[in-house]
Amino acid sequence: MNDVIEVANLHKRYGETMAVSDISFRVRRGEIFAIVGPNGAGKTTTVEMVAGLRRPDGGTVRVLGLDPHRDDAALRQRIGVQLQQAALPDRLRVGEAVDLFATFFRRTVSGDRLLEAWGLAERRQAAFANLSGGQQQRLFIVLALLNDPEVVFLDELTTGLDPQARRATWEAVRAIRERGKTVVLVTHFMDEAQALADRVAIVDRGALVALDTPAALIAGLHAGSTVHFTMANGYDPAPLGALPGVRQVTREGARVSVRGDGPLLARVATALAGAGVEPLDLRLDRADLEDVFLALTGRRIRA
Amino acid sequence: MKSFAKLAVIELKLQLREPVGTFFTLVFPLMLLVLFGAIYGNEPEAFMGGFGQVDLSVPGYIGMIVGTIGMLGLPVTLATYRERGILRRFQATPLRPATLLWALVVVNVVLTLLGVALLGVAGRALYGLRAPAAPLVMVPAVLVGAFGFFAVGFVLAGLLPTPRTAQAVGMALFYPMLFLSGAAMPRQIMPAGIQRLAEFLPLTHVVKLLEDLWFAGTWNLTSLAVIGAMGVVALAISRRTFRWSV
Repeated sequence: MNDVIEVANLHKRYGETMAVSDISFRVRRGEIFAIVGPNGAGKTTTVEMVAGLRRPDGGTVRVLGLDPHRDDAALRQRIGVQLQQAALPDRLRVGEAVDLFATFFRRTVSGDRLLEAWGLAERRQAAFANLSGGQQQRLFIVLALLNDPEVVFLDELTTGLDPQARRATWEAVRAIRERGKTVVLVTHFMDEAQALADRVAIVDRGALVALDTPAALIAGLHAGSTVHFTMANGYDPAPLGALPGVRQVTREGARVSVRGDGPLLARVATALAGAGVEPLDLRLDRADLEDVFLALTGRRIRA
Repeated sequence: MKSFAKLAVIELKLQLREPVGTFFTLVFPLMLLVLFGAIYGNEPEAFMGGFGQVDLSVPGYIGMIVGTIGMLGLPVTLATYRERGILRRFQATPLRPATLLWALVVVNVVLTLLGVALLGVAGRALYGLRAPAAPLVMVPAVLVGAFGFFAVGFVLAGLLPTPRTAQAVGMALFYPMLFLSGAAMPRQIMPAGIQRLAEFLPLTHVVKLLEDLWFAGTWNLTSLAVIGAMGVVALAISRRTFRWSV
């Protein structure tokens, strides 16, 4: 069985609002699967139904072949969950939290080693409330990994972290996958999904609007790419328009933009070098998942 | 079982690390005991059946401990755990929810008995507190009172959404009852009308149950039935109203 999660026709309604409407997807063993979308899109509701924390109004969910509701106790032995907006008692110490959570599982890995690996070994005696935001998140990751889970759910892992802590957390998520675990990542940061995910499910207003690898989603835009550089003394960029794949060359003062498809940067660079022009700021802009979201929904993700 | 023991130990530590939480259960009744003992002493009085003022006040103080935990301690703790997402974090583990609630109950029973023991020891040492007619029977009576009020605590925890409302409503319900029930001051000094009204307050029956056992060694069956019924009804309600997440 290569699909560890199978979700079919999932529905959840809160009063009049359809929070989740007919979402289906499969998650493969060993991949990082990102569910992305703006706040309120239904990402958390979806993942909470998959993890068995919320009951769906319709549809089926199987995780590791188990029904998250009927077999909840068995499933929770085998998954790890880091929730959005979760906390521990303020005065609970790091070491106590790890020891306590270890009693919940039949099989655990060494808490000390996990604390070591996640840079919390020095903070064993620290109370939860005295940890920094990044340390609290790392503690939640440690708790989510304590039972050596086969699937790890991470909901808005880096919200509220400074850029440096975010990068470190990304490395940590990659490390989780390298240990053979499947990761389901929920985020409203498109750059995070692009940096980490093997496949991305884009959710908007409770519905799944796209599901593929980041590269395929971006390629599907046919947006091509753009090369920018600043022109040196009197060079005429017009001939660049004749290069294969180039669609448009525009000039704004000394700044030139070349839009097109294919290996654009290599071609433009070769042409410039041939003309004896060596701009210092030659760079390539490519479409990203933000552009994919914009193209699919007509809105910016953080509008 | 492993989880239960660990939770209970950790929860007890957390309670003791939170000085505000244990102030009203462990310290405040002791302060009242010392304060009024210093003012009135504990000389036996014929009109008080040969007991002194300190003797008469201790069953009320025990009622105060039970009521404070039930009406304020448990609801505020649980509302805080729910609002902050602590209950949800536990919900995402294989821990059975009932295990957490039982651990909280047991810890608060331990704190109650600790509070009672402190009153007994301090009363004895400072004012020669006269032992109850049947000391060991006091324990089940305290447990009955705890059952009734802790069950009410779970109802409040289910109905009141945030720690702030739990605190406010708990105080609004509890403080009038504390003073009218005879827990904080003798019922006998109140006007007859107030005393009749106090009959409708559950805390009055905890105090009466403890008083009758302490001074006469008899079970007040009316009070026992009132508290027992309150506990059973409250427990049934709380099973329907208790919520794990906001």
